[in-house]
Amino acid sequence: MSTATIVSLPDQSTARVPKMNFLTRENGLLSWLLTGDHKRIATLYLISITFFFFIGGALAGLIRLELLTPQSDLLAMDTYNKVFTMHGIIMIFFFLVPSVPATLGNFLIPMMVGAKDLALPKINLLSWYLYMIAGVMAIYTMIAGGVDTGWTFTTPLSTHYLNTHVISTGLAIFVAGFSSIFTGLNFIVTIHKMRCPGMTWFRLPLFVWSNYAASILMVLGTPVLAITLVLIVLERTVGIGVFDPAKGGDPLLFQHLFWFYSHPAVYIMILPGMGVISEVISTFSRKRVFGYTAVAFSSVAIAVFGFFVWAHHMFIMGISNYAALVFSLLTMLVAVPSAIKIFNWAFTLYKGSITFETPMLYAFGFMGLFTIGGMTGVFLGATGTDIHLTETYFIVAHFHFVMVGGMLMAFLSGIHFWWPKWTGRMYPEKISQFAAVTTFIGFNLTFFPQFILGMLGMPRRYASYPPEFQVLNVFSTAGATVLGVGYLLPILYLTWSIKYGAVAGDNPWQATGLEWMTQSPPLTENFPQIPVMDHEAYDYEWLERQQQQEVASV
Amino acid sequence: MNYISPVLWQFLQHWMSNFPLFPPEASKIAPQMDALFFFMVLVSLVGLTIVILLVLSFSILYNKTRHPHATQIEGSTLLEATWTIIPLGLFLIMFVWGALLYFRIYTPPANAMNIYVVGKQWMWKAEHPGGQHEINELHVPEGVPVQLTLISQDVFHSFSIPAFRVKREAIPGRYTSVWFEATRPGTYHLFCTQYCGTNHSQMIGHVVVMTPDDYKKWLAGSTSGNSLAQNGERLFASLSCNACHNNTPDARGPNLANVYGSYITLSSGERVRVDDAFLRAAILDPSENVKQGFVPIMPTYQGQISEEGVISLVEYIKHLDSNYRIQQTLNTTQLLPSSEGQPAPAGNAAASGEVKQ
Repeated sequence: MSTATIVSLPDQSTARVPKMNFLTRENGLLSWLLTGDHKRIATLYLISITFFFFIGGALAGLIRLELLTPQSDLLAMDTYNKVFTMHGIIMIFFFLVPSVPATLGNFLIPMMVGAKDLALPKINLLSWYLYMIAGVMAIYTMIAGGVDTGWTFTTPLSTHYLNTHVISTGLAIFVAGFSSIFTGLNFIVTIHKMRCPGMTWFRLPLFVWSNYAASILMVLGTPVLAITLVLIVLERTVGIGVFDPAKGGDPLLFQHLFWFYSHPAVYIMILPGMGVISEVISTFSRKRVFGYTAVAFSSVAIAVFGFFVWAHHMFIMGISNYAALVFSLLTMLVAVPSAIKIFNWAFTLYKGSITFETPMLYAFGFMGLFTIGGMTGVFLGATGTDIHLTETYFIVAHFHFVMVGGMLMAFLSGIHFWWPKWTGRMYPEKISQFAAVTTFIGFNLTFFPQFILGMLGMPRRYASYPPEFQVLNVFSTAGATVLGVGYLLPILYLTWSIKYGAVAGDNPWQATGLEWMTQSPPLTENFPQIPVMDHEAYDYEWLERQQQQEVASV
Repeated sequence: MNYISPVLWQFLQHWMSNFPLFPPEASKIAPQMDALFFFMVLVSLVGLTIVILLVLSFSILYNKTRHPHATQIEGSTLLEATWTIIPLGLFLIMFVWGALLYFRIYTPPANAMNIYVVGKQWMWKAEHPGGQHEINELHVPEGVPVQLTLISQDVFHSFSIPAFRVKREAIPGRYTSVWFEATRPGTYHLFCTQYCGTNHSQMIGHVVVMTPDDYKKWLAGSTSGNSLAQNGERLFASLSCNACHNNTPDARGPNLANVYGSYITLSSGERVRVDDAFLRAAILDPSENVKQGFVPIMPTYQGQISEEGVISLVEYIKHLDSNYRIQQTLNTTQLLPSSEGQPAPAGNAAASGEVKQ
């Protein structure tokens, strides 16, 4: 690996983190709890979602430990069911959905469009409070005895056959849904109305485009989930019978409603991650993103098509064969924009000037894992192979390749990339590169064997399994251990770096986004004065001219 | 390793070299599905290799040491078109290929033998037309198309036989079906793949594929004495279905002989084909399924007959080709002094066992 780097830090003997910034502006707990500053709210979100990520991760650890042996020995079967249910609910609704939008998006979007704050700062704070209320409800559920519906809440199991805490969980997700609706709404308004002079739609960084697409999905999709969960709660409490076949209801209707949100939800989760990758790959290859408009519109295409593929979760559930045909075709169409993005990122490297700092390593990891995750999605989107592969570990592996291999890699890439902006200090490079590589290896060891298990037919959500599947499960559990180390390391060294990291300066990566044109950490108002965008996005030549001028004027 | 502990070494060697990587292909459709699967694996590998090669070679060619100044490139419509159209074309091939398989798997041939499967927390109960019952096992002959008619008595279950590459959800309140033709005698896994509560992972069993001769022996050796249709006939009498559905001149219900497979017109004007699903709906929800010209007086049997009972009734009506025996049964029961004006008591243990108490 080349030792060349683009990092340019100020002289460490004289450099100081600016005294006046959004972190130091006010002190005391109340100044945080009542803040309207998008960067502080993003910080609150970052701390809370990290907390939930580690709860979800601990539950994942329990799952993998239980699956080390074919028998159900570590956990009783009911406990296992609760553990995987809570793992799914916490990771999806309390980590993946808010991960990039509510933290990085919240932190960056106003700065990227050149605004002082989001359009609706109080709504933004409200969204964090809703998230926390929902989080407390979810934790209450866990302490009170848990829930074992699976994160999909399949009726009539969830409505008539379980007496765990379905209602409190349903309501928790209902509340969390509003938190994400408010975030999405805020982004849409901000991107439409708050762009600084000169910031046209096609000068927006691709991170903004992809968050915009995800926001549309949040605002249009989440209400359907809210309604569905209310129906579940009503079914359990009053017995309205919408999903109950004994009362003339249709249990399949639940699945239609649930997946109408939950399929777009996976795009809510992945699109902002794709935005991170665009920024990182461009910055570390010193090049404008290849085919900017294609990448921007592919985000929108994913958002639009994403709404019309939900029934591909139900190919084997007795929907009509012709409905399956239509949904399969649309699923194939939604796969294309992802392929377009991958190739555009790859060609962004062409004739670039590439360096391999941690964010770039994570981004490379993302590209490889997301390609595998995306292609295996096509296996499941084709109706014929879906029959055999669905509801097995193949789908577990596919989903984790996209969500963990894709989204989590992108999240970590973004956290490392904007860490200097957020805290004013650099993370330690060597150990973080080591963490990135560890994560990649651990990830593949954990989830690749699951594709084979799925092809062999091992069903998901099994506390015990036939003994011939053990070897592959042992590999998977071993991988999870490595993966765990890969996720613990950043928590440690990032915390360390808040105090001891090298002072970053305004623009350590020599990146072109407006967020890098202000001090690190930024002022509460982001910019001393509202910037004027007088160049295209990712215009590295403009940046060079700018820097030469500065040198000349000094 | 050999050094440290020969025993451990042997154990590891045995353990690591004895695990499957690919499921057996034991049905007619399995090799066809695997062909598509391997095509997809191939396309994925090629795609992944291209991405890896691009990233690797650009990383080597254009890293900062070797290529200190980036050349700005806007993009290329030609390249964009290439990587839109080629993946789209490949995906469409997979779509068509997959759809062909899907229609094949979910369209049972007319000559398939039918086995009913009821899923319930947490077991699979198979009901053969000859009256053989099995729990968490399914015996099928080799080389004969077998259709499974599935239903769940409680929550969603999913009937999966990986070696056959088929799977179908068992749904409460509605029949679904899937078929296969086993090609290789042996014992294969049977799983419930839809999460169904506490003992989901215990809802597993075996599918035993037998040569036709062995299968005949098995059928003869495991019959419970009555075929499904015979059980259905008893239920038909004990539930007093025969009081109305007897094709006498003053019968209040439609004639059921030879009704299976025919088209009838409902009072709503809708024309429907009488199949298993319709018969089930007509028994459990009669007021929605009244034949034109009849009064909706039939009571619902929802909650009164178990799914197995419904299956017996359906199987009985399916094979009913004359009303002679129905009328005979009626005449006989009328002769009994105790049955004056009240429904006939459940005839025997086998039938009453299928009526919910």
